[in-house]
Amino acid sequence: MSAHAHSEDAHSEDGHSNDGHDFAHPMSVQTLLLVFFALTFLTIVTVAQSNFDFGAFEVAVVMLIATIKAILVMAFFMHLIADKPFNAIIFIGSFVFVGLFVSFTLGDSMMTSGSFEPEIDLVAPAVAEQMEVRVDGAP
Amino acid sequence: MSAGSIPSGSQIRDPGYPTPSENYLTNSKGILSWMFTLDHKRIGVMYLIGVTTAFGVAGLLAMLIRLHLFQPDGMIFQGEEANNWYNQVFTLHGAIMVFLFIIPSVPAALGNFLVPIMLGAKDVAFPRLNLCSFYLWVFGALFFISALCASGLDTGWTFYTPYSTTTDSSVILATSGAFVLGFSSIFTGLNFIVTINTMRPPGMIWFRMPLFLWATYATSIIQVLATPVLGITLLLLIAERTMHIGIFDPEYNGDPVTFQHFFWFYSHPAVYIMILPAFGIISDLISVHSHKRIFGYRFIAYSSIAIALLGFLVWGHHMFTAGMSSLTAIIFSALTFTVSVPSAIKVFNWLATMYKGSISLTTPMCYAISFIFLFTIGGLTGLHLGTLATDVHLHDTYFVVAHFHYVMVGGTLVAFLGGVFHWWPKMFGKMYSELGGRISAGLVFAGFNLTFLPQFVLGSRGMPRRYATYDPEFAFLHQMSTWGSLLLGIGILLAFVVLVCSLKYGKRAPANPWGGATLEWECTSPPPFYNFERAPVVGDPYDFSNLEWDTENERYVTIEPEREVVPEEQPEAAPVHAEDSN
Amino acid sequence: MSTIEASSEVAHDDHGHDHDHLPFLAHHFDTPEQQFDSGKLGIWLFLVTEVLFFSGMFCAYAIFRALRPEVFEGCSQFLNTKLGAINTGVLLFSSLTMAWAVRCSQLEQHKGLVGMLAATLSCAMIFLGVKAIEYSHKWGMGLLPAGLFFYDPNNPHPADQPNYLIYICLPFAIALVGVVVWLVISVITDNAFQVAVAKPLTVVCLSFFVGVGLGMVLESGGEQHVDVHADPDGLAIEPELETLERENAAAIALSGAMVPVDESVLKRLSTDVTNSGVLSSLNAFEQQNLTAGSSVVMNEDEILGGITTTEVNVMTKRTAGVFFSIYYCMTGIHAIHILGGIGVLVWLLVRAVRQDFNRQYFGPVDYVGLYWHLVDLIWIFLFPLLYLIR
Repeated sequence: MSAHAHSEDAHSEDGHSNDGHDFAHPMSVQTLLLVFFALTFLTIVTVAQSNFDFGAFEVAVVMLIATIKAILVMAFFMHLIADKPFNAIIFIGSFVFVGLFVSFTLGDSMMTSGSFEPEIDLVAPAVAEQMEVRVDGAP
Repeated sequence: MSAGSIPSGSQIRDPGYPTPSENYLTNSKGILSWMFTLDHKRIGVMYLIGVTTAFGVAGLLAMLIRLHLFQPDGMIFQGEEANNWYNQVFTLHGAIMVFLFIIPSVPAALGNFLVPIMLGAKDVAFPRLNLCSFYLWVFGALFFISALCASGLDTGWTFYTPYSTTTDSSVILATSGAFVLGFSSIFTGLNFIVTINTMRPPGMIWFRMPLFLWATYATSIIQVLATPVLGITLLLLIAERTMHIGIFDPEYNGDPVTFQHFFWFYSHPAVYIMILPAFGIISDLISVHSHKRIFGYRFIAYSSIAIALLGFLVWGHHMFTAGMSSLTAIIFSALTFTVSVPSAIKVFNWLATMYKGSISLTTPMCYAISFIFLFTIGGLTGLHLGTLATDVHLHDTYFVVAHFHYVMVGGTLVAFLGGVFHWWPKMFGKMYSELGGRISAGLVFAGFNLTFLPQFVLGSRGMPRRYATYDPEFAFLHQMSTWGSLLLGIGILLAFVVLVCSLKYGKRAPANPWGGATLEWECTSPPPFYNFERAPVVGDPYDFSNLEWDTENERYVTIEPEREVVPEEQPEAAPVHAEDSN
Repeated sequence: MSTIEASSEVAHDDHGHDHDHLPFLAHHFDTPEQQFDSGKLGIWLFLVTEVLFFSGMFCAYAIFRALRPEVFEGCSQFLNTKLGAINTGVLLFSSLTMAWAVRCSQLEQHKGLVGMLAATLSCAMIFLGVKAIEYSHKWGMGLLPAGLFFYDPNNPHPADQPNYLIYICLPFAIALVGVVVWLVISVITDNAFQVAVAKPLTVVCLSFFVGVGLGMVLESGGEQHVDVHADPDGLAIEPELETLERENAAAIALSGAMVPVDESVLKRLSTDVTNSGVLSSLNAFEQQNLTAGSSVVMNEDEILGGITTTEVNVMTKRTAGVFFSIYYCMTGIHAIHILGGIGVLVWLLVRAVRQDFNRQYFGPVDYVGLYWHLVDLIWIFLFPLLYLIR
């Protein structure tokens, strides 16, 4: 603890310990390394899961693992676990607004996309050749 | 409290007048001291000059629109390119007004000046970020000017695709400008949230803050959450124009309605950025000039936050006829009704504040009363537009134009003018001519109604918006509207003249000319550059009981009952009961 | 918050603050903790804006993936999973070193702080190096946003493409040369501070080329360039196999026919409507060819006895072009954020060498750390959503 002149600050009362000067909470190296290894492990799991077919749940599984990684990063690397709760509230809150935005827009898009014109893409070259032969041979 | 002479035997507390070396306007000289200032008050003044200039430019464009529409075939723009010119004029009028004037006006010009002082703080939390916000505003303005000088802009301020992705006007310059302005807005909001959260003085719990700060806080929440979405939308628009990314292009399986979803997710909350600070101003104005405690403080505070949050749920009501699915449209219509409730609560509370108050019809009060009338009309007509069944007929007609001008001009501009008149003595230390001010308020009120009330009728009778010419059946109403706009222009010009003249010819302003109880009235007018020598004692911001009018000096002063600090009698040598003991 | 008690003898002109013995405490804050808390709240609010900013692109992604899932599946094969996974690992490691750097600044471990910041910067540069390889490779193949898309499955690597990699590497090479020159000069002039800054920066600039090298090694082995066909029904026959089968089918059909094999004769005969036998043979011949050329339907419920599906080509402007538009927008804007982060980290590095930070003033390191973790967070979501679609 470095020596520090307290003079005028001695009577600055703000309800925190140590008069608002010792407020750092360093994370332990062990915690940092543990979280890193957990994240690496989860990354390996993410890559591995792509070899399995979950059908309709594909996106959900992938997002679930990504969310767990995100929570680890937020809680430990970004220090939310030891911070003022207000910071966590506003950050998580922003995802609520993202969810609102994406769900309404995506939902509307899904509901109206059926009325679009049919999706006419180029036919595959192999079949296109076939059509040509047919055209040549037909009356 | 009644205006009267000071009761005898009481002590006056008044900060007096600043010396030139303390006065923030004069404590350091030279253009560089302004360009690189970190003083929030100077930044506020620079913003005030900037937004006024932008307002002037866009106001002239508005006059051009109204003059052109005086005749069914158009009076100003003739010939082949007439419609193209008209498109550019209304687009730039809208874009400059929205992005360069209305959104920054109250938070940046008034808020920057007032927020730290109302908190008894020395500055905002991040003074350099504050200056950065100002320069971002300037760069955004330069982008718009360059768009004006290049190929102009004719997409409408809403930049709808596919026209905005295919027209060859300077869309990229203008959208870049709007992008930069978005960051100016975000940083201002960020600054205010942190300042109000961490720099409140001891004793100022959340419910002891002036309502202007609650309004600023709610506005800042919206600025921080919504503006980035505008940023990405404009960026995607620029990408579409340059690289054809195809997201909004049906040719590439895209959907123009997606652009509208992205755009309005910001732009609807943006209108609450425009109106919430105005609400904050009105709460303070009504209370101070009625010399009565604000009615329903907590309701007004909560309703500000409610509007901020509910405002994010209703953006689809701008898109009822765009091609959304009917389920989506119905949901948005239902949600739109909820957002009208908090605003109505505020109007009731203001009226209840005025009831049995001791109303002084000063210039700020005239503007505040105008606001209540005009905003109520604007808000009620919003219900017509929020109702799905009627909106289908009224969308893209002059009804919409009238509605948003009632809330933005009759609402925000009138409140902004009222706020400028209210805090002008504090900001510049000069009193203006009350007669001139009141006349300007009257002219603005009359001119505004004459301009926009006929437009409701025009819209319901079928006159579409953004049209350069129209059927002769609409001519009378259009002409009435144009005459009204001239009257409105004169009123606003008069207000400007009254204020600027006061700088030279006005009387010296006392610290508290109106009898306000919030902290900004406890420092001198203008404030010293350090705001307060020591942090002021926080009381109830709407308690006017110990403010009295000092007729002799034409100012309000805080009265303290006379107190005996030092006892006059000498204590006896022997204690009283000494001879009694045994 | 604390009250400022100015002594009453302070003259009117003297402003009432008395905290200038703490050089790192701004004049409008009362305590270092208040300053730190304000900055923390400020950076979290900025991160909120960043989340909302990226949300627009995630929304566009969601819309298009829901609309055309087969396009996303087809095109994701062009994204090298190995490189993506390495980039993810690199960013995770950089997050670790950044969090460690914050710890060092809080404990006043100045050398450790510089080392950790340099490590974070190096990881960022490796990330960019790998990205450079990915991007230049794709640009050469024509896998561009929809408007510029020109990928041709028959000619996936056109020879006439400029070497985009050189263009991307050029600014970094210039930076490296500049830093090395600066290092040499500062060693010669014996300026300890500048040497202490230039040395880690040299390592940082070199790391970009480490990333490029890594990318080069892995890019050639990791990607599949097969002619991609979308297959809504599930099973498709390989193109080469199809041609063979088609030829066989034609040969079988022709060999079994009772009519002359010569096609020109067939054509002439078929012009006469009364030659019903020839017409029906030709019909059968066409049907067989078309059946042989389309996808095999294994699901018996779907057999309609004819052509049920035709293969669609997803490698067109309208389809793959949009996927790559979204890919470039998302990863491009993410890369711009990495560049911004690099700039800020370099500034932090200089301040760290100057030993600006102590246990009461480590805010800037903490705030930049938070920004960096957000950049990592976004990549954590981008990687599976773009690279791992099957």
